[in-house]
Amino acid sequence: MSTMIQYVLMIVIVLLTLTTIAAWLIWLERRMLALWQDRYGPNRAGPFGLLIVVADTIKLFFKEDWIPPFADKTIFVIAPPIIGTTVLMSFVIIPFAPGILIADLNIGLLFFLAMSSLGVYSIVLGGWASNNKYSLLGALRGASQMISYEVFMGLSLMGVVMLSGSFRLTDIVIAQKGCWFIITQPVGFVIFMIAGIAETHRLPFDIPEAESELVAGFHSEYSGMKFGMFFIGEYMGITLISSMVVTLFFGGWLGPAFLPPLVWFTLKTFVFILFFILLRASLPRPRYDQLMEYGWKILLPVALLNLIITGGIVLMMNK
Amino acid sequence: MDIAFYITAFVTVISTIMVITRHNPVHALLYLIISLLSISVIFFLLGAPFAALLEIIIYAGAIMVLFIFVIMLLNLGKETAKQEKEWLKPKVWIGPAILSAILFVELIYLITIAHAASYNLQTVDPKAVGISLFRPYLIGVELSAMLLMAGVVGAAHIGQHKKIILHRFLKEKDPL
Repeated sequence: MSTMIQYVLMIVIVLLTLTTIAAWLIWLERRMLALWQDRYGPNRAGPFGLLIVVADTIKLFFKEDWIPPFADKTIFVIAPPIIGTTVLMSFVIIPFAPGILIADLNIGLLFFLAMSSLGVYSIVLGGWASNNKYSLLGALRGASQMISYEVFMGLSLMGVVMLSGSFRLTDIVIAQKGCWFIITQPVGFVIFMIAGIAETHRLPFDIPEAESELVAGFHSEYSGMKFGMFFIGEYMGITLISSMVVTLFFGGWLGPAFLPPLVWFTLKTFVFILFFILLRASLPRPRYDQLMEYGWKILLPVALLNLIITGGIVLMMNK
Repeated sequence: MDIAFYITAFVTVISTIMVITRHNPVHALLYLIISLLSISVIFFLLGAPFAALLEIIIYAGAIMVLFIFVIMLLNLGKETAKQEKEWLKPKVWIGPAILSAILFVELIYLITIAHAASYNLQTVDPKAVGISLFRPYLIGVELSAMLLMAGVVGAAHIGQHKKIILHRFLKEKDPL
């Protein structure tokens, strides 16, 4: 019974922390973008403009929750929660620190891939149900982009699995005690990072919602808290990819002993979140066909080569 | 354990029936996704987590997205739903329904006489799957790899087209 309570407590803590972090990331992103673009950003509500998040949330709640009459109503309502659910489900397997995790599945990495592959439904169904040409185009782009980049994401992670010999994330972190996988798997890291940006459809790969061509892409028709769910889902996605990068390539909670493991994990994750924001501040959006060509003609061969070379080296070492 | 299995099996059967009876193709596909997800839960319960997750990654995550993709491109609207409604008349489905009801009764009978059919639960980890794929079933893996290769080559052949250059300035730079 006490383990049950422990489980529930852990789930509640992780859930609350993540949603809070995702909400404050909006503030962080706007402030950091402003810093890098040489302006102030939101600085009026509360100290350093921190309360802008509260103001934004209240605004979203009081907006008219409009469902267009031409939309497919059920699917229109189902679509936004899917992204948040799948991203939050992925956090189940992430070891934040020794002992601080929800489920230590022996197929953890596959679970992450499965959940991220289900996340695409949010975009596809949302765009289709809106019954709007811009939304449909955004949904089509989103579907093809996310399906293709999932392939490279999976392939890039297999090198890590080979080196650590397990799909379990705790084992992967412990396998990095001697040397982080960023040193032994740099190519895998780069591919995973690029695929992760494409999976969360963040700038520069925010082609499903490219506002200069498609109004707002798949969520053109959404307003109020339904739009808010897409928005929060995106920020939780950033947190997820950052913490996966940290777990898989940067030694997870490992670090010099003067700070506790959880602090190391959080610090590393925030470095990657800032990197995501820096990408948004600095890179232009590629054209749609360029994105697809780049994926299939460069990332796929490189990922396969990485896999073959890693396999060969592992075989040689084991002999 | 048994209760969990029966609940998931019930969800699977109901959602699969809903796939057949929906008039709107996208709604039918959504039920099919639920059916696939619940089948993956059944795999989990039977001690095959690897197969369960592959079911989600490949079927629910990739193949069904492509199905929805195609349906979105075809832009099937209210007319298709109406057509489906006309096609799905009792005259069409009553024959197969009776036949499968007979099979169902037979199945229940078989289950009840095979008393205490205890499945011995043995979790199959990814390593065991890999070993059996690349030792006894290696020939199957290689044959399916060849089949996939043939599919890719065929798709590339059908999909290729000459590059059309629409602008004269581009023509000078790129003599393809």
